[in-house]
Formats: sequence, structure tokens, C-alpha cells
Amino acid sequence: MPGLFGYIVWLLGALLEAGVVVCAIRKKALRPYLFLNMYMAASLFVSVSRYNILQSYGLTSPQYMYFYYYSDALLTIFLYFALTSLFSRVFSEMQAEQYVKLGAVVLLSGTALFSYAVVNQSQSRLVTHFVVELSQNLYFVGLVLTYVLWAAVLKLRETRTRLIQLVLSLGVYFSLFAADYALRNLYPSMTTLLQILPPLFGCFLPAAWAYAFWRIPEEARLAPARLAVIR
Amino acid sequence: MMAAFILVCSVIFLLQFFISYCRSLIAASVREPLSQEVQEVTGMTRAATEEEFARVVQLLQLCPERPEERGEISLIRTYFRMLGVIRSTIAKIVPSLEKWAAAERSQCTHFVAVVLGRRIAFSRNLFAQQMSG
Repeated sequence: MPGLFGYIVWLLGALLEAGVVVCAIRKKALRPYLFLNMYMAASLFVSVSRYNILQSYGLTSPQYMYFYYYSDALLTIFLYFALTSLFSRVFSEMQAEQYVKLGAVVLLSGTALFSYAVVNQSQSRLVTHFVVELSQNLYFVGLVLTYVLWAAVLKLRETRTRLIQLVLSLGVYFSLFAADYALRNLYPSMTTLLQILPPLFGCFLPAAWAYAFWRIPEEARLAPARLAVIR
Repeated sequence: MMAAFILVCSVIFLLQFFISYCRSLIAASVREPLSQEVQEVTGMTRAATEEEFARVVQLLQLCPERPEERGEISLIRTYFRMLGVIRSTIAKIVPSLEKWAAAERSQCTHFVAVVLGRRIAFSRNLFAQQMSG
């Protein structure tokens, strides 16, 4: 069973996830950012379900392991939808939504096929090395896509502060997870230590999104060129 | 090999996203002038400098905390420390980074001073409410 610290981080994460949806409703940002809020609601559902499974079967049970890694992979795919909706917002003035949707479908199909291929080949060790590898790849693809989106924000001179903060926080989140999974793959002996980090990282995204919805008005603007590290 | 490549890319992207995110938090405060009260309390009459950061943070901790600011202050403090590390390591090899890091750290100080101004105003309102109630 996770210790007191683990439970506190877990509870904090779940509260922050609920907080995002509440902030969005209060600031009338639920519909404009529907997929982001749906992702947060799904994360909250997964957090509660994981807690129930943990209480019923225990931390080291195969039920918990399967549910943990597969729900993680599903949530990452779900996050693609959220990311796609951000792409749609950035490209809305270029009327490129159809291309974005098509790209998202192709990407999702590719991810699904890739996942199936990996599952098919690794039946003997489903929740061991391959799931870590799969999650690592999923997070990395998400990271690359977020970087492409950030480049588009800079190129198109997108000025909406809230949208910029949502994209940047998503980039930080994907980078943290991709690095964590890569480290786990490189140093399997450190897995126990590195498994403590994802719940902590998981708190960052809902905290940043709740902040963006609550504190940044939709009409706030800033020059994205000021934020770029590389110009 | 693949994992090592992903790790290197992730760390590079992480740095870029983190710096840009912190800058987006600071950006709104950059144009905000320091209130008279903050100038008196901190003794900052000219543009904020990085050396004043620790003192302004100490003053900030003396004021009643506003829960919504807790996260951003921790993040900016982390950013300030990270810039310090960059300055004492990479900037030794790339001298142009030295000036950039100093300017960024000064903006962090300005940001914290702006938050201090908000907290002073918040405390004053709280006090006024208690007195009238």
C-alpha cells in the first residue's frame, strides 16, 4: 500500500483534477475547452477507480498493475484529443480544422495499431517492460506534437495568454513523463524510485490548467515572441 | 538507444517549455509598476535587481498568504534557482547567457515585488474589514 505521502499526493491530484472542471465552469470555459475538461473528468474517474481497485486487490496485485498501466495508456490517448482541440483553436483562423481532425484520426489509428502490434508480440510479459516502453513512446509522441503546436503558436503569433499557458503546461507535463519513462527504461533498477514521480508530475497539469482557467481571463493577451527561448 | 534519445530530447524540451511557462507567468507583471508602498518597504527605487530577490521573498513571507499565489511563487523561486545554476555552469562556456540570466532573475524579483504589493493591499483590506466588522 502507498504510504501517507502517496495518499496525500493522490488526493491532491484528484482534487486538482476536479478543481480544473470547477474553475472552467465558474469562468465559463467549459464549452470552449470541452476536450481539456473531459480529459480532466476522465482523469478524476481513473483516480477514483484506481483507489477502489487498490483497496480491493492491493498495490502488487495484477489487477491493479493492469488497470494502472492500461488506464494510463488510455488517458494518454485521451489527452491527444485535448491536444488536437488546442491545435484546432490555434489553426481556427486558417480554416485548417479538417486537416487537424484528419491528422488526429491518422495519428490515433497509428497509435492504436502500434499498441496492438506490441501487445500481440509481448503477450508473455504484458505489464512488464513493454507497457513502460509503450507509455514512454506515447508520451514522447505527445511531447513532439506539443512542441509542433508551440512552434505554430510562435509562427502564427498567437496572443491568447490562456491558450499559451495551456499549451506550455502541457509541454512541461509531457516532457516530465517522457523523461521519467525513458529513465525507467534505461535504469530498470531505479524503477521503484522513479515510480514515485508520476503522481507528483500528475499534479502539475491540473494545477497549471486550474490556474489558467481561474486567473487568466479569456481576453488576456501577450506577445509570444517574448516567451521563446530560441528565436 | 531509443530511450536515451527520448531522455535527451525530453530534457531539452522540458527546459524550453519550463522557461517559456515561467516567462508567461512573469510577463503580466513586467509592465506593472511597483506601488509606492512596495518601494518604501523594499527600498527599491529603481528597476529590480536579482540581488534583491531573497529580501523581497522574505518580506513576502511576512504577509498573509493568498492561496491562489502559492503555486506561482514556488514556481518562480524554482525558476530563479535554475537560472542561478545556468549562470554558474553553462554561462561560463556561453558568456551571452550570463547577461540573459541576470535580466531574467531581475524580472523574477520584479514579479515577486508585484505580488508583495498585492499581498499588502490584501492585508490592508482584511484589516479594514475586521475593523468595520
